[in-house]
Amino acid sequence: MNREVASNASHAQLGGVTRIYPLAAGHSPVHALGPVDLDLRMGEFFSVVGPSGCGKSTLLEILAGLQRPTAGTVMFEGRSVMGDVPDGIGVVFQEDASFPWLTVWDNAAFGLRRAGASAAEVRRRVDDAVAFLGLRDFARAYPPQLSGGMRQRVCIARTLVLQPRLILLDEPFGALDAQTRLLMGEEVLRLWRRTSATVLLITHALDEAAMLSDRVGAMSARPGRFIEIIETGWMRERDSTIVREPAFAEITGRLWANLRGESIKALAH
Amino acid sequence: MTRVGRIRLVVIIAAIGALEVACRTGLIDRRIVIAPSDMAASLAGILASGEINSDIVQTLGVIAAAVVLSVIFGFALGLLIHALPRVREVLDPLFATYYAVPIFIFYPVLIAIFGLSLVPILLIGVATAMVAMTIATLNGLDRVPRVLTKVARVHRMGRLATALRLQLPAAAPYLFTGVKLSVSYGFIAVIASEFILAPAGLGRDIADAYADFNNPRMYALMLFLLIVATFVNMVLHAWDLRWAERRGREPS
Repeated sequence: MNREVASNASHAQLGGVTRIYPLAAGHSPVHALGPVDLDLRMGEFFSVVGPSGCGKSTLLEILAGLQRPTAGTVMFEGRSVMGDVPDGIGVVFQEDASFPWLTVWDNAAFGLRRAGASAAEVRRRVDDAVAFLGLRDFARAYPPQLSGGMRQRVCIARTLVLQPRLILLDEPFGALDAQTRLLMGEEVLRLWRRTSATVLLITHALDEAAMLSDRVGAMSARPGRFIEIIETGWMRERDSTIVREPAFAEITGRLWANLRGESIKALAH
Repeated sequence: MTRVGRIRLVVIIAAIGALEVACRTGLIDRRIVIAPSDMAASLAGILASGEINSDIVQTLGVIAAAVVLSVIFGFALGLLIHALPRVREVLDPLFATYYAVPIFIFYPVLIAIFGLSLVPILLIGVATAMVAMTIATLNGLDRVPRVLTKVARVHRMGRLATALRLQLPAAAPYLFTGVKLSVSYGFIAVIASEFILAPAGLGRDIADAYADFNNPRMYALMLFLLIVATFVNMVLHAWDLRWAERRGREPS
């Protein structure tokens, strides 16, 4: 399942995407995002960082087809995405989206069964995903019996078994402690290397973005726009030990230099 | 059995023992309360004779029908109201005060309309139990995490599939609370209606025995109902515990 390194071919594109939320009478509409242009390359790991409320999650939901943009175009594999989630996109949310009434194994199998895969295929792919994410010993456990980190792995397993070509991660480790986040980051890197997927990660954590990504987009305060997109230049085979590299400090420093003023602006709102 | 369970059992046995001793020693007048052993002996005799079989079938049948109808219609009403926020806005205060109104005041009206039959008893049972299920359904649907709707869209699920495969299971613990309350309210409403006025049934039997100063029969029938209601609630509680353990929550 190993794949080639990220190519320059485009996988998904946002063109002039803007999102304005209309509010009730008497209130001005909220301009949450854009205009934003983004070209996600086939197989790359792209992270988006920015101050709270800058529209990062809105951007992800628009790319996923969960929201319609007010203006602009969204393309995935050459097709327009407009309010419906296309086949080939998997999303992991920040909130715990595991199903507490199903075992870990059945959680992971949920999407495949919905898609009508054969029992043998479901068993093969789910066993593989559960083992890959270190959940084999907990396959018969229910999510409430697991830690927050393990529940997120369950959600990742549920996404992974569908073999999405574009994986969107909306602050999936936001609720976890710093050490667990680092380890979960390594797991996502392993997952990314193993699959042929393009990954877009939304995060607050500059170190996480710097460690995991091929490119990091720094967004302005609301309405969110990309201030700078930084190429990290990391080798594909990397793990959390790169936090010791001088380049790591340089990237996080550059991200912070971009975001400090924007975060102050966001706080003042 | 857990330590708490053992303590609970000891407390119950001690209370029954104390009542037995108090009745046997004359501390409690036997014309008012008979000893638990006499209640049990009287109940055994009544059950062995088969004289209340038809009453048992009728009463438990009406309770079961009232509970089933309450759960089905209460759930459906909850779904409908949840989908109509403006209707809910109007009805919410009524639900909040529903159990402050004594529903039994409508029993004579129902008898006047439907006659002295099982229908008014069933309707009072449903009227008492159904709203608990409706409130539980609304409560459960309110607590379905919004992220599940997004997950449903990512899996390209339609509205029906989302409701059946995600929202219903997510709301299940709250729905089960509604079922438990409906069972309790069903028991209370049906027995009380029979006690007030009914052609037959265990409640009517108890009322007759009470009017005849037939304490052994009255207490035996009360004991029977107590045993049945406790058994049903224990079964429901056991299910609730099993679910709660799986889902890492306190039992409702």
